[in-house]
Amino acid sequence: MPFLCKRCSRKAILKRPKTGDTLCKECFFELFELEIHETIICAKLFKPGLKVAVGASGGKDSTVLAHVMKVLNEKYHYGIHLTLLSVDEGITGYRDDSLETVKRNEQQYELPLKIVSYKDLYGWSMDDIVKQIGLKNNCTFCGVFRRQALDRGATMTAVDMILTGHNADDIAETVLMNLLRGDIARLSRCTAIITGAEGSLPRAKPLKYAYEKEIVMYAYFKKLDYFSTECVYSPNAYRGYARTFLKDLESIRPRCIIDIIHSGENFAIKSSVKMAAQGSCSRCGFISSQEVCKACILLDGLNRGLPRLTTGKMKKAHRSFAQNNKQENGEVTSPAD
Amino acid sequence: MPPRDIRVEFAGGVELLFDNQKQLDIPISKFHDPSHPAKENLTYTVRDLLQLLKDRYLKQRLELFLQGDNVKPGILVVINDCDWELMGGPDYELEPGDRVVFISTLHGG
Ligand SMILES: [Zn+2]
Repeated sequence: MPFLCKRCSRKAILKRPKTGDTLCKECFFELFELEIHETIICAKLFKPGLKVAVGASGGKDSTVLAHVMKVLNEKYHYGIHLTLLSVDEGITGYRDDSLETVKRNEQQYELPLKIVSYKDLYGWSMDDIVKQIGLKNNCTFCGVFRRQALDRGATMTAVDMILTGHNADDIAETVLMNLLRGDIARLSRCTAIITGAEGSLPRAKPLKYAYEKEIVMYAYFKKLDYFSTECVYSPNAYRGYARTFLKDLESIRPRCIIDIIHSGENFAIKSSVKMAAQGSCSRCGFISSQEVCKACILLDGLNRGLPRLTTGKMKKAHRSFAQNNKQENGEVTSPAD
Repeated sequence: MPPRDIRVEFAGGVELLFDNQKQLDIPISKFHDPSHPAKENLTYTVRDLLQLLKDRYLKQRLELFLQGDNVKPGILVVINDCDWELMGGPDYELEPGDRVVFISTLHGG
């Protein structure tokens, strides 16, 4: 005896993790899209005419995000100009393949695509960096560079906002990680749908309440073209203890994902906790909470052949950077040059 | 003639654990345990399929596919285009011609 759709009594194909409701394919598509629309409306994310780039990696989340944004923009007349923005880290056998997926998405969704590469921006691809520093701290470099590369790509294409594919499971995991680390400043920021300090480019997460299971099922039933493999340099990076713990919890009680997000949203931050002020990097001009941004510090270490120093304590690196700058008598070049 | 095989598909990164094979056709006869002569009307469940995949097909890193005798949380199972949670999960009794898809949600987005 098959389960029936809770809304229309057709044959159900999915049990929703958030509610336990059973849905048919059509109702699932409709509700999944509608809930993302409601997230967007509640947060007043868009104004007509806004130029919005979807940060596209070719993976499941950003592919579903690009598809759904295209659908919603037409269905609900947001009047926004959508584009795709991808970062080419320069990782042979990983990013070159996933970029092919993004290029197909460009055709399939008829959205203009901009690709920015580490090699062009920083003079170093991740393949180059790994050759130089090995496999120990490479993810630090990649994370810092990727964050800034998206901002730079957005600036180049005069975009007003970047959308990222973070889903509910990602956000719950971040809440847990920040809790475990006692990082109160990040804990209070990580559930926000829009991040980005004043003067910097806003980033938004329209999938913040969408379960990973539903994203993957949506991609499966819509037969969306996405790329799934592990980064060759960090085969285990995504699978931290927090994620495993969360998936185990979810298999017993799927609601826990949304409950953890709500907990994160409702944490009250004591005023005595010092929040980092956001400014801009004196070297490259991009957003930084320090005088010189992490990307410039890391790049400086790479170019001087001292990368190990820079991935240790950041304070030490800042000191070393300042000393080195004095020695060089202010002769600095921006990595954007 | 109706199909006598179980069609198994891997997606979302699960295929990496199976030598990059995206698809297997497994005859029902493969489920028979040679140490226990096949009985009449014996049925096989998805749990038996998991055991078979583990014993005969899984190429590496068992812990990324199975947890105990069930799939690892984060791997979705779709049977005949339906969420296996609506089909009885691992207790679902397989029939020839069934299509079972394993999709990982754990790979980057
Ligand atoms: Zn329905």
